[in-house]
Amino acid sequence: MMARLTAGVTRRSAILLAMLLAALLAAPWLVNDYLLTVLIIILYFAYTGQAWNIMMGFAGQLSLGHALYLGLGGYVAATLFTRFGVGPWLGFVAAIPVATAAGGIIGFLAFRFRVAGIYFAILTIAFAEFARVGFDHWDYVNASSGLFVPVKQYAHNNPWLLRGDPAMFYYVILGATAFLFVLCHFLVRSRAGYFWLAIREDEVAARSAGIDTFRYKMIAVMVSAAMTSFAGVFYAFFYNNLFPEQVFGIFRSVEIILGPIIGGIGTLFGPILGAFVLKGLAEALNSIMTAFGVDLPGATQVFYGVCLLIVVVALPDGVWPPLARLLGIGTSKP
Amino acid sequence: MPLEVYLNVAIGGVLTGLVYGLMALGLSVIFGVVRVVNFAHGEMMTVAMFLAVVLCSALHVDPLVLLVPIAAVLFVFGYVLQRGLINPFITRPEHSQFLLLVALAIIITNTLLIIFGPDARTVQTAYGFDSFQFGRIIVDAAKVYAGIAAIIFAAALFVFFRFTLIGKAIRAGADNHTGALVVGLDVKRLYALTFGLGAACVGAAGTMMTLLVDATPMLGPSYTLLAFVIVITGGLGSMPGALVGGVLIGLTEALAGLLFTPSAKSMFAFAILVLVLLFRPQGILGKRLA
Repeated sequence: MMARLTAGVTRRSAILLAMLLAALLAAPWLVNDYLLTVLIIILYFAYTGQAWNIMMGFAGQLSLGHALYLGLGGYVAATLFTRFGVGPWLGFVAAIPVATAAGGIIGFLAFRFRVAGIYFAILTIAFAEFARVGFDHWDYVNASSGLFVPVKQYAHNNPWLLRGDPAMFYYVILGATAFLFVLCHFLVRSRAGYFWLAIREDEVAARSAGIDTFRYKMIAVMVSAAMTSFAGVFYAFFYNNLFPEQVFGIFRSVEIILGPIIGGIGTLFGPILGAFVLKGLAEALNSIMTAFGVDLPGATQVFYGVCLLIVVVALPDGVWPPLARLLGIGTSKP
Repeated sequence: MPLEVYLNVAIGGVLTGLVYGLMALGLSVIFGVVRVVNFAHGEMMTVAMFLAVVLCSALHVDPLVLLVPIAAVLFVFGYVLQRGLINPFITRPEHSQFLLLVALAIIITNTLLIIFGPDARTVQTAYGFDSFQFGRIIVDAAKVYAGIAAIIFAAALFVFFRFTLIGKAIRAGADNHTGALVVGLDVKRLYALTFGLGAACVGAAGTMMTLLVDATPMLGPSYTLLAFVIVITGGLGSMPGALVGGVLIGLTEALAGLLFTPSAKSMFAFAILVLVLLFRPQGILGKRLA
């Protein structure tokens, strides 16, 4: 187990990783609540980006509808909590099969009927949009008026019910992000991981080599969907509200993919770095605008667009590979 | 409900569908020739809509007068875009092109949001409340004008591609890129022209669309999706397919809005998309892609 954990990790990258982890663990004592909330959002993006990366970065299947799994996770957990008093962790356990099934249905239809490339991306959007409009009209989940998780003051943090101060949410999402990072580290060095990379590089060749491409693409979609659903549970209990327009919207799916693309598709560290770069720069922009007393609602989004444009044009492999070379730890692109 | 109600709604849906079809025609032409999927298509549509709204109120003219000028503006926009930004990407992987245009889409939508705010804007026309009556069937005048204009614009494009030398050159470049280079065609320029023409379709369609719906910046993504649904349904790269797909989707949306609730109408369009992708991925009129 330990041998596999450290496989392919150089001493230098292990030290840098330990330093980053230490800094992240200490953060609640070092920063104020506002910055901590920013860090929570960064880690949320790192988490969702990492989950998306399993599908696109490893198996080469471009999903533009990941909001579907996010929304399903959030709605399952929030509905169970508000209607039946079931806690979010059990809610997550319930959300996993729902999100996995959704991913499985999309994957099955797409891969069985050879819907690939751009058509596959459109199909994923179509399902997310279908869910958005569907939830918008589904009275059981309050349709378009939204689902609210009751906010009560608790004397102590209650991690079991995900009720508490920002520091508690911070450690929850930090733990999840670390878990997913380690999981992806294992996955990419597993049998399935090598098959995914083969499929990503050349699907026909992978099939000729005897890889059951249908099966491994299905696994990628379902693992990615299941992991994304946790981000939905977290979203529901962190923001305490869910609107179909907000969680299933196309911009939500696009937002998920920005981090890993800017960081570097297919790298383990890309989604994390991308989340820090993107959100960090956006926060800097916000504080500059606040300092000058400017209030432009679309400005952050324009900024995201410009960042994406620059990265896609100038750094097609993302920010991480050149940065990794700079840090002398090689690229972790498998 | 009496039959006339269905017929009225269906005719309205077909006319709206023609405008959709013209918008999708632009996407189809760009894909068919340049092989780039324009994911900023609906966003370009909203640019045209806002141009129409602003110019109509500033110059006190009818949107139909602005049809050609706005199409020309979008043509230049598309030409420059292809020449400057997209051309280096035509040899890059599909997802890379896609992300470039997603970036552009985000920038366009939110720039419009910054300039115009989130409120819906509308144009005032002299015939806004007029309608034509054929027996017991009543059709909005605005929809009739928009539908006819869409047909004329699409027909002009067909004629251009079929009978002019440049149109033939563009089709040659689409059929065989290397062959076109060998015989000395300036393929880069032809690609830019094609992207411009696709954008001009959007310009015309967007101008007409202001007669039918209010303009908001947030319409962009939904029109992009709609354009994709239409061209995939009709057959990506097929010009008649785009119009047929547009009419089909327009009709479906109108009837779904009548039978269920208008806000759920896009579900039916997506259902059609999923069925087409699964059972006839080349689209109704498309040829099977190699």
